[in-house]
Order: sequence, then structure tokens, then C-alpha cells
Amino acid sequence: MAVDLFFKSIAELAALLEAKTLSSTELTSALIARKSAVEGRVKAFNSSDDADALAQAAASDARRAAGQARGPLDGIPVGLKDVISVSGQPLTASSKMLANFVSPYDATVTVNLKRAGAVVWGRLNCDEFAMGSSTENSAFGPTANPWDLTRVPGGSSGGSAAALAAGEVIAALGSDTGGSIRQPAALCGVVGLKPTYGLVSRYGLVAFASSLDQIGPFARTVEDAALMLGAIAGHDPLDSTSFKAEIPDYRAGLKQRRPWRLGIPKEYFGAGLDPAVGAAVEKAIAFYKSQGCEIKEVSLPHTQYCLDTYYIIATAEASSNLARFDGIRYGHRAKGAKDVVDLYAQSRAEGFGAEVKRRIILGTYVLSSGYYDAYYLRAQKVRTLIRQDFLNAYREVDALLTPTSPMPAFKLGEKSDPLALYLCDIYTIGVNLAGLPALSVPCGFTPGGLPIGLQLIGQPFREADLLAMAHTYEQAHDWHTRHPQL
Amino acid sequence: MNYEAVIGLEVHVQIRTNSKVFSRVAAGYGQPENTLTDPVILALPGALPVMNKAALDAIIKAGLLLGCDIAPICKWDRKNYFYPDSPKNYQISQYDQPMCLGGAVEIELPGAARNVMGEHKKIPLTRIHLEEDVGKLNHFAADSLVDYNRAGTPLMEIVSEPAMHTADEAFAYLTSLRATMIYGGISDCDMEKGQLRCDANISIRPVGQKELGVKVELKNLNSISYVRDGIAHEIKRQTAVLESGGTLVQETRDYDGQTGLSQSLRSKEMAHDYRYFPDPDLMPVKVDEVWKARLRGECPELPFAKQRRLIESYAVPYTITSVLVWDRALADFFEAAAKLSGKAQAVGNWIVNDLLRELGAAKLTLAAAKVTPAHIAGLVALIDAGTLLPNAAKEVFIEMFATGEQPGAVMERKGLKAVPVDTGELEQWCRDAIAANPKSLADFKAGKESALNGFKGSVMKAAKGKADPKRVDETLRKLLAAM
Repeated sequence: MAVDLFFKSIAELAALLEAKTLSSTELTSALIARKSAVEGRVKAFNSSDDADALAQAAASDARRAAGQARGPLDGIPVGLKDVISVSGQPLTASSKMLANFVSPYDATVTVNLKRAGAVVWGRLNCDEFAMGSSTENSAFGPTANPWDLTRVPGGSSGGSAAALAAGEVIAALGSDTGGSIRQPAALCGVVGLKPTYGLVSRYGLVAFASSLDQIGPFARTVEDAALMLGAIAGHDPLDSTSFKAEIPDYRAGLKQRRPWRLGIPKEYFGAGLDPAVGAAVEKAIAFYKSQGCEIKEVSLPHTQYCLDTYYIIATAEASSNLARFDGIRYGHRAKGAKDVVDLYAQSRAEGFGAEVKRRIILGTYVLSSGYYDAYYLRAQKVRTLIRQDFLNAYREVDALLTPTSPMPAFKLGEKSDPLALYLCDIYTIGVNLAGLPALSVPCGFTPGGLPIGLQLIGQPFREADLLAMAHTYEQAHDWHTRHPQL
Repeated sequence: MNYEAVIGLEVHVQIRTNSKVFSRVAAGYGQPENTLTDPVILALPGALPVMNKAALDAIIKAGLLLGCDIAPICKWDRKNYFYPDSPKNYQISQYDQPMCLGGAVEIELPGAARNVMGEHKKIPLTRIHLEEDVGKLNHFAADSLVDYNRAGTPLMEIVSEPAMHTADEAFAYLTSLRATMIYGGISDCDMEKGQLRCDANISIRPVGQKELGVKVELKNLNSISYVRDGIAHEIKRQTAVLESGGTLVQETRDYDGQTGLSQSLRSKEMAHDYRYFPDPDLMPVKVDEVWKARLRGECPELPFAKQRRLIESYAVPYTITSVLVWDRALADFFEAAAKLSGKAQAVGNWIVNDLLRELGAAKLTLAAAKVTPAHIAGLVALIDAGTLLPNAAKEVFIEMFATGEQPGAVMERKGLKAVPVDTGELEQWCRDAIAANPKSLADFKAGKESALNGFKGSVMKAAKGKADPKRVDETLRKLLAAM
């Protein structure tokens, strides 16, 4: 059975484009048509500028006709989470606060994608200001999981994962502050990569927690993820926290085959782990063992403090980062305010949703005079210990192997208690606190047909190794060839 | 009871850089509203700050000039508060690790007379830190509008110890600090443009008491004179309150330099909680010895050191140096002229009297003037040789200032060269003058000194005004004595 165009990988499509058996205009039109067909059910997009996408596609076709094609991404439609700036396009962060905001400038990743020739298309839904694990916190309504429309796609980059799984885009970008790329990738059955902190510029990413946020790719295959990462990674003089790292050819690096030493952190296989997820991950471990990898149990003893540490640091930074949304210069402004303080209070009360307010209040509290030492400063110290746990483990192993999410996609509305939702991130937030790279690759399905993700956690700036490990697994399995019926 | 005032100053100095402290957009003054902005300055979603190294250079240099300890790491904090002039609703600043600690500002107090050097003191500094300036609110009848052009301009906050006791000390402190910043090329310190802004903390206490009294913060001191006048007024006001049995409250007062009066802006409210925390968008910057050594090499000699050296090396009087050293360009001009001429005092007099007068009248800066040190040295040489007489020299100066011609050329062109009168001729004119004025001769013999002026007038007339008055005087006296 021929694979539909919209379910093909970047690598496959690039070959068709190069052979000129397919044009970017045809591909883009096919995706626009696919979106029309399924978007009413998936609701992955906040907005899309189809005319602009077709203009970019035509420009790509013209380049190719002139023999000036720019590489494998040229002409490939890529969707962006609605927290990443695209000049002249809406940037809402799925918030009422920015419902009518149009960004006047490109994020650095947007510049990089355009430079690679990609068709930057679509503003993809997410939890408001990237705060959440289910995309239910979007002010514009939730996105559905393409594998089961009654379930969440995960979050916060749920729109990116769902649009890709549903065949509405060929690849996408998301942002990951505590698992917001990896968890939705796992729940939607696609590859999601969170790079090392500092590998990809944050310039133009609506900040949630500055010391944790990273932009990363969603892709159908590990190879596609490598292509996307290669396009967006690299030092940016506009981001002081961006690292001057040498960017290898990630795609060429996929061929590495080594008897990797893989660590299994015992703290990541405890209570709360769904049995189907646990079983799928055990099978993946067995696969690596069969490939000659050394499997070793390791301990990350401060894992139990990850959640608390994360919610102190992330909310503290968020409380300050979100202060700029005040109704003065742009964004939602309340009508009829008595004075400037009232204008702030009303605009923010009306513009922000409940979860955002909850985190601003928590973050303001932990930074308050008299509490700073007990909360924020202490959390930073624990953060150092958490990072040290990982670095200690890397003395014995090359990477860690864990479930991405403790459970598969849950029902929309099922987790109304914020604390229950926070627990979705227990396997992913340690990685952000430690600043490490990690990816989620599909590793099976539950008996009910829901995707399961395997998480590989690597050493700083060793994305090439992680991608090669995941590629080894992916090539021996066919999970990535399965697509939801819509 | 006798009271003693205790004064501490918080001075904000804008650093002169091409671009803003955390963005590439230009820094500047007097541009159309909101044109010096970009996504970073307007705090658009996703914008990130990147430090301007020139601003860090400037504060390190300021610290080196003032003898501060320079922090080994430049660390940035966020100061969180909501106000419309602050686009992010936090200000990037330095909280627990300021760039500079300690140091001092050398000051000179007024001397016993204008030509006598006053007492020198060192006013210790607490700290200097770097931060970003905020925008400006413009209030109208129904609306308030914000101009973010100033937002993000690099700003130093220089905090003194509460170590001054008089308004004169505060005046001298600001004068010296301002000159230091200008000398170092750190800021132009134009108070009218808000490049230097000063708040004063003032309290009084009975002489001999250790603890400080109730502190009043005085704001809106828009010129260095207003700082002096405002502080003097505040000390008087506080003393009057205590002497009449009243009590002082901790408050912020606004000083009006026009009326010389102050009024309470607000009493101390509940302390702000700024929720300081390290800015996660900015990496700490390591400042090593090589970096500091480079900047130390760029540090100029400061005014008081220069003054001591000029007095010692050129034997010029205090009055001349006290004018010269507050203007680095003028002092450099003087040194160049003095070296060319070898007559430092004469050169100094021409510069501080005539040159400054003409610059003021023409509203010119020294850099824009056509007169060079060589002009002044040349002028002094002509006078010294007797070729140019004092009155004619004044005329030559004015002309060469206007045209940039060399003094010799002006003198020749305008026919101002002193007539090289030989002694015989001069004596003949003198004899003629005495002979023509028998009454004056009688008066002089009777001891009337002023009678000499009559003869001088006649001699000058005969010489067409080009005789050296000193020689005329000497010759007349010599002849009269013999009669």
C-alpha cells in the first residue's frame, strides 16, 4: 500500500522533490487539503496562513528549478508551536492575553528554518504559555490525540505532536521546559527531541522558564529529527545562553553503531508506571541488550526532589517572565480601568487562564523577601545535586533509558487536579533541571492501541549519540510506519 | 543644641555607549518618541537581552578611577516591580554582587580666599553597580504616554557612604565625580539631558551622637547648584523642626530649585519587595586581570593629581590650575602651549582669561576654536620680545581667535607691531614733551605725581601710540630727575 504523501518523512519527500517528481507546491497543497479534512477533529492549529505557505512553496520550487535548492528541508512544510515568533504571523502562546498579537520579528529558529528553505506554516496549539501536560490549558480549546480523539495529545506542545501524527505537517517545532516535547511525542507516537540547554537559540521563544526552556523538533523518524536539529542548532549572538558548540552532521552520525553502555535509573521504574508502558520499555531494553549493549542499573538518588525543585524554579522564572504582559504596550488590555494598577490587575485577571495565574502566584511567593532562601536558593542547590546525579551516572554509562511518560494518553478532562497533571512529567523534568539532551522515540502500543514512548537521555551536547542509539532501535522496529486512522 | 548633618548621595550616571546595554539599538537623546526601540527594548514576547561589553568596560573603568575593588564576575539580577516606564516590569540590575565595591571620591572644599587651595578630603563610596535606565512617562490631560527611547540606556548607580556633613561637601563631591566621569570618557554628565541624576539622603543629629537621625530623601535635584541649595535648605528645615520641639518623619521630599522650597512626596511606605533573583537570560561574565589591566591603561590622570603636577612642574599659581584642571581638554591645551612657550604663567593667563572669555562670547567649545597652543605660545613670545605691547596684544588675540591667523601675521596686517624706538629718539620726544609743558613740570617738581601723565600723552602722540609705556615712563623719570 502506497503511503499517503502527508505521512511520508522529510527524507522520502526530499528525494521526491529532488527528483522533481513532486513540487513543494503540490506537497503544501496536499497538506492544506489534509488539514481541511481532519483539523475539525484534531484541532491542532491555532491559525494558519495558507496563502503565505503556498507563496513559500512556490519560492522553493523556483529555487529548485534554478538549481539553487538549499538541501533536504527545502520545500518541506514545518509547523511551529504558537510560542515561536514568525514575523508577520500571530503569536498567541494559546493565551487570551496575546489573542490578537502579531509578532514583528522572526525567532532565530524561524530564520534558520527559512534559510534551509522550509515552508514555515501554521501556528500550533499548546497549553497557555507552555504551562501544562495535556494542551487542555489552551485558551482556544484543547487539541485531540489523533490515535483516540477522546484523549489528550499530551503537552504542552500537543498541537505540534498531534498535527504531525495526523499528517497535517511533515515536521514541527515545539518547546520543552519540563517534558513538553518528549511527553506529547510519546503520547502521539512520533519522535521528539529536547536538545542540550544552549544548543538551540531561545531568541523569539515566548519565555516560560528561561533556564529550562529549549526548542526542539518533532519528526516522524529519527533521521528527520536529525535533519531538523541540524537546521536549527548553533550559536546565536542574540541569546546569551546559547553555546558555541560545534554542530556535527547529525544525519551522517546516525550510522554509528557501538556497544553503548545504557543505564536504567531504578527510580524511574517505580509506582505509578503503567504496566503496558513498563512492558514496552522492558522490551526495548532487551533489544539493546541483544545488540551487544551493556545494560546497567544506575541510581539518580535525588529524583524524588525533581518535581518540587522544578515547580519552584520554573514558576519563579515564569512570574518574572510573564510580568511584561501588562496591557500597556501590546496584548490584552481591560476596559474601564480606574488607574494604572487597576489596569494591570484587570488586564492580567482577564488575559491569563487559571494555570498561568496559579504558577505566577506560586513563583511570586517563592521569590518573596523572607522566602527566597528557603525556596528559590535551596531549589537551585538541589538542582545542582540533580545534575550531579546524572553526571555521576555518565561515568559508568553513555546514556540513560527510561519511559518518557508514566502513562499513555489519558482522557480529555480526566486529570482535573493540577497535581495529578504535574505527575505526568516525573520522567522528563530531571532532564531540564540538568540541562541535558533527551529524546522520545515510539516503542510500541498499549493493548488499546495508544502509542508508547521510550526516552533516551544523553550527555551534554552529545545529541549525535542519542540520535544514533534511537536510530538503531527505530530501524529494527516498524512503529514509525504506523499511522492513526482519521 | 548644635546639630550635625549626615549626607549620603546616590548618583545615577548614564554611560555613553553607541548602543543600549542589552540590545543593539542605538542609545541617544532628543530623538522622536519610541524610535530608539526594538523587540528587546519593548519587551516583546521572546526577546532576550545580550550584554553590551562597552558598558561593562565603562563601569570597570569608573571603578578603577575611583579606587574601587572590581568584582571578578559580573553578575546580573532582576529587580521586579510594575511600572509603565519599565517595559519588562523588571529591571536588569546588580543586587548582591555590584561591579565595584569601596573606593572614594577626592574633593576640595572652598579655600579661605579664591586664590587659596581649600582642604582636600576623600568621601568613601559604598558601591557602584550597573543597570538599565527606564523609559519616560509623559502626562497629558486625559492620558499618560510612554517614550521608551531612554529605556535600556546603560546606567551606573554610584552610592556614597553617609560621610558628608555640609552642602558644600556635597557640591564638591558632585563636581569631582562629574569631572572624573568626563575625564574617563565614561559619560558626558549633562544634567539637563538626565545623564547625571542625584538623590540625597539627609539626616541631622546632635553633635557627638553616634546614631543617625531620621533620614529624608531629597529628589529632583536637577543641577549641582540645586543639590547644594537643596541640601542646605533641608538641613535648615530639619534643624528648625527639632529646635521647635517637633519630630522628623522618614520621607521623600521634592526640591524645587526655582523657589528654593521642598515638599513631601511621600512618607516611607511599606518597603517594596523587589523579589531579586539572578537573571537566567544572562550568563555571568568573568572579568580577569588582563581585562582590568587593559582598562587601567586607558585611565587618565584625574583633576586633582593633574593640579598638583601642574603646580609643581610649571610653577603656575593655584588660581590658574583651579580653572584649567576641571576641563581635560583645556588642561591639555595649556600643557601643550606651556611646553611650546616655556612661559607657563603667561600662557596660563591668556588661556584662563582671554581664551575662555572669547570662547564663552562665541559660544564655542575648545575643540571648535581656531586658536591652537602654538597661537598662544607665539603671542607670548612676541610680547616677551617687546615686539607686541600689552594693549596691542589683546587686539591681536581677538583677531587671531576670530580668524585663526598666526599672531605675527595679525600684528603685521593690522600694523600693531611696536615701533622699535631708539633711545636717542625717545629721549628727544621726552625732552620735547617736558619743554612744551612747563606747568606740568612745575607740578611734578612740587610732588604732583599725576603730572607725569601729561608728558606721557605727548610722547605717545609723537610715537603714534607704538612706544613701550614702560620705557617712556623710565625715560621721563630719568630726565626729570636730572632737571
